[in-house]
Amino acid sequence: MVTENFLNLPQTTTAEAAVEPARDATPESVIDVRELQAYYGENRALKDISLSLYSRRVSAIIGPSGCGKSTLVRCLNRMHEMSSGGHVKGEVLYQGENIYGAGVDPVELRSRIGMVFQKPNPFPKSIFENVAFGLKVNGISGNTSERVERSLRRAALWDEVKDRLKQSALQLSGGQQQRLCIARALAVEPEVILMDEPCSALDPMATLAVEELIRELSQEVTIIIVTHNMQQAARVSHHTAFLMMDQDKAGYLVEYGPTSEVFTNPKSEHTEAYITGRFS
Amino acid sequence: MIPAIARDRPIPMSRTVRKARGTAFILLAILATSLGMVALAALLLDVLRDGIGVLSLEFINSFPHYQAEKAGAKSALAGTLWVMSLTAVFAMVAGVGAAIYLEEFAVRNWFTRIVEININNLAGVPSVVYGLLGLAIFVYWMGLGRSVLAGALTLALLILPIIVVAAREGLRSVPPTIREAAMALGSTRWQAVRFQVLPAAMPTILTGFILALARAVGETAPLIAIGAFTTVLFVPTTPTDSFTVLPVQIYSWISKPLPEFRENAAAGIIVLLVVLMLMNAVAITLRNIYSRRSRW
Ligand SMILES: Nc1ncnc2c1ncn2[C@@H]1O[C@H](COP(=O)(O)OP(=O)(O)OP(=O)(O)O)[C@@H](O)[C@H]1O
Ligand SMILES: [Mg+2]
Repeated sequence: MVTENFLNLPQTTTAEAAVEPARDATPESVIDVRELQAYYGENRALKDISLSLYSRRVSAIIGPSGCGKSTLVRCLNRMHEMSSGGHVKGEVLYQGENIYGAGVDPVELRSRIGMVFQKPNPFPKSIFENVAFGLKVNGISGNTSERVERSLRRAALWDEVKDRLKQSALQLSGGQQQRLCIARALAVEPEVILMDEPCSALDPMATLAVEELIRELSQEVTIIIVTHNMQQAARVSHHTAFLMMDQDKAGYLVEYGPTSEVFTNPKSEHTEAYITGRFS
Repeated sequence: MIPAIARDRPIPMSRTVRKARGTAFILLAILATSLGMVALAALLLDVLRDGIGVLSLEFINSFPHYQAEKAGAKSALAGTLWVMSLTAVFAMVAGVGAAIYLEEFAVRNWFTRIVEININNLAGVPSVVYGLLGLAIFVYWMGLGRSVLAGALTLALLILPIIVVAAREGLRSVPPTIREAAMALGSTRWQAVRFQVLPAAMPTILTGFILALARAVGETAPLIAIGAFTTVLFVPTTPTDSFTVLPVQIYSWISKPLPEFRENAAAGIIVLLVVLMLMNAVAITLRNIYSRRSRW
């Protein structure tokens, strides 16, 4: 059933086409990146990135390895500065406010902009504690178990783990671990979720489950997903950004627009070459 | 026919030779292990033979006496328990604290590098030097006198480097992705360390702690240097009381000319070993609790 669909899915089908008519045609932007430069020490990893990411939409970031996709999403919740030598120039406006401005607390910001990493990285604790951790550190008290259950349900994991919430999260399969990480991020009810190649460690079935989840979540939250999988970008995203590296190895934005346009009618020949696989 | 390339290769060792070498190595390893075991067993047997006759509740419950058969280890045992408890607390707090600062918070620069090098060097300083340091700082300068507190601080200083090194090792073995995961959920750096990194590092930290305490419990020289008394006829009730400890008591019995005191010394050694094993048992239990909860 689902697998068949996965294989037969025409490449041009996009989530944009499937969006229910009730949704407003011109989405409002929640994150505005303005001339962002990101550095690792002296090395510039991102150059002059400007783009707007839309509320309650899925935006995909694609591009060849090393072009700075991870760096870009990590700039959006100020995780980039955790890397040694990581610093930025330029602005990232979140709901109109520059997150790099004075007086912005990155800790508070990160509880509003959640993140799911490429490799599942559950805490070496029980399933329950994994999901409850975000609640604890953010001082969200009261009906913790209810919230844990709701998050696990939203991440489509509840039925598989409801009888073993006390077991170590490390005993879960890779796909379950990744869904647990998604549940963990959902528990603090972020407005935006950044996903850095969330399916790269998953099999096709688990990938499909996560994609389904992304589609459902996009009704309520803004999702930004990095992916190496063109079909995935086409399947789940409304907008797609294509990044590339220039001669001095800094990533820049080649093209950004509605996914259907980027995939069927790319403006740049580089984009076309990349999505048709003539370029890696 | 064998191709030319294969003929140029060195002839591989025959399977029997390789097997024989493997067996020889295993035998050697067993021999090395049993050497240690035999030496330890001989030592234990010798001590048990000498001391078991004297060992009794009365021995544990009596103060030192000039007659060997009336002498006991009560004050020394109490002193050891007092000093070790305080040493454990001081060394753990300061050692783990320093390790957390160096690993998780400090910016790498020349200052932290000097601190690092010095901590590693401190682990190699002879213990009597710590005794002299304790005498100068805790006994005289801080005016603590020859008290339990001065002794505990001196021993804590002595084992601090071991604990710092072990704790840093433990913290470093926690994958950075755990810290990132915690921070990405909106925890502060301290919350990430307190709730995720430290519990995950705890098994390694406690292993270092066990080794460090085992070293401290047997130390005689630094405590003699700060002037622990050899004959104490009371049990310390506050950290400012003067004290003696089991190793010092054992040392004083061994150096007495009367042969009967040898048996007291042996009994004292048995008591010391039991204290050591109980301490280890507590630490190992703690470690198992932690590693059951956090295993990659
Ligand atoms: N911690 C770091 N320190 C220094 N340089 C880094 C660090 N992380 C990434 N870089 C460099 O920054 C550039 C962009 O890296 P980034 O991880 O953002 O690429 P990416 O597009 O996510 O690649 P991939 O698709 O392989 O994940 C690369 O040239 C990389 O070498
Ligand atoms: Mg990446």
